[in-house]
Amino acid sequence: MTIPISYYLILSAIVFLTGVVGVLIRRNIIAILLSVELMLNATNINFVAFSDQFQDLGGQVFVFFALTVAAAEVAVGLAIIIALHRSKSTINVEEFNLLKW
Amino acid sequence: MAYLFFGYFAGIIAISSMLVVALRNPVYSALSLLVMFFHVAGLYITLHAEFLAAVQLIVYAGAILVLYLFVVMILNVKEDDRYHSQWRIAAFICVPLLIESIVLLSGGSRATTSGNRLLQTEPHGMVVPDNTLAIGQTLFSTYLFPFEVASLVLLVAMIGAIVIAKRDIGGSET
Repeated sequence: MTIPISYYLILSAIVFLTGVVGVLIRRNIIAILLSVELMLNATNINFVAFSDQFQDLGGQVFVFFALTVAAAEVAVGLAIIIALHRSKSTINVEEFNLLKW
Repeated sequence: MAYLFFGYFAGIIAISSMLVVALRNPVYSALSLLVMFFHVAGLYITLHAEFLAAVQLIVYAGAILVLYLFVVMILNVKEDDRYHSQWRIAAFICVPLLIESIVLLSGGSRATTSGNRLLQTEPHGMVVPDNTLAIGQTLFSTYLFPFEVASLVLLVAMIGAIVIAKRDIGGSET
């Protein structure tokens, strides 16, 4: 009566693809960071599912490291957003073209 | 019964993650992400990772999402009126990936479900009933050096966030 691992893989793939679509189509930079969080959570679901499948705690420990990286990413990303909003008073990513060709 | 729980959690996770991308207002997107975090924690409980479910609720829903909402409220953003102009590229990349994954998983699901009992050979680091104790022992024995590196990453991120977000670093007023 256990769930097959492929179901978790399908769920994780759906969430990850949703995150990729969000990064590509949203113009609000906060929504882009939220989509990155979606992708990190999809990988976490995969880690925990395989940890339960193989009875190995390494997967759950790696979720901690993914969580650490997510926290660091949020802190630095939101600081960058605040600095950008202070200089250009918008958070639309199409306005930020200083480094474009 | 296990299928019922998985179906509920997976359905809500998929729907709320799509709402994160689809909703125009960033506050609604963040709240939908909160719903998704709660259901991912529920999914962890069904996968016998109780400590990780608690950490998911405390760190993601309690800290990270509050930080997001804090910045959304500070910046007082209006709703963006339409999506980015490169949505065609997004569709061009993601629709084939979605079809490929559906084809691969639907074709290979029977083989993996019939053969997954064979893969459980000689587990090391067993998931024992006391999940927190086992995770602590694994984290502080096998993964001690990555743990220290993670603490260094958090320190660097904290200093970097302060330096970036501060108005004038090294100015007269503190």
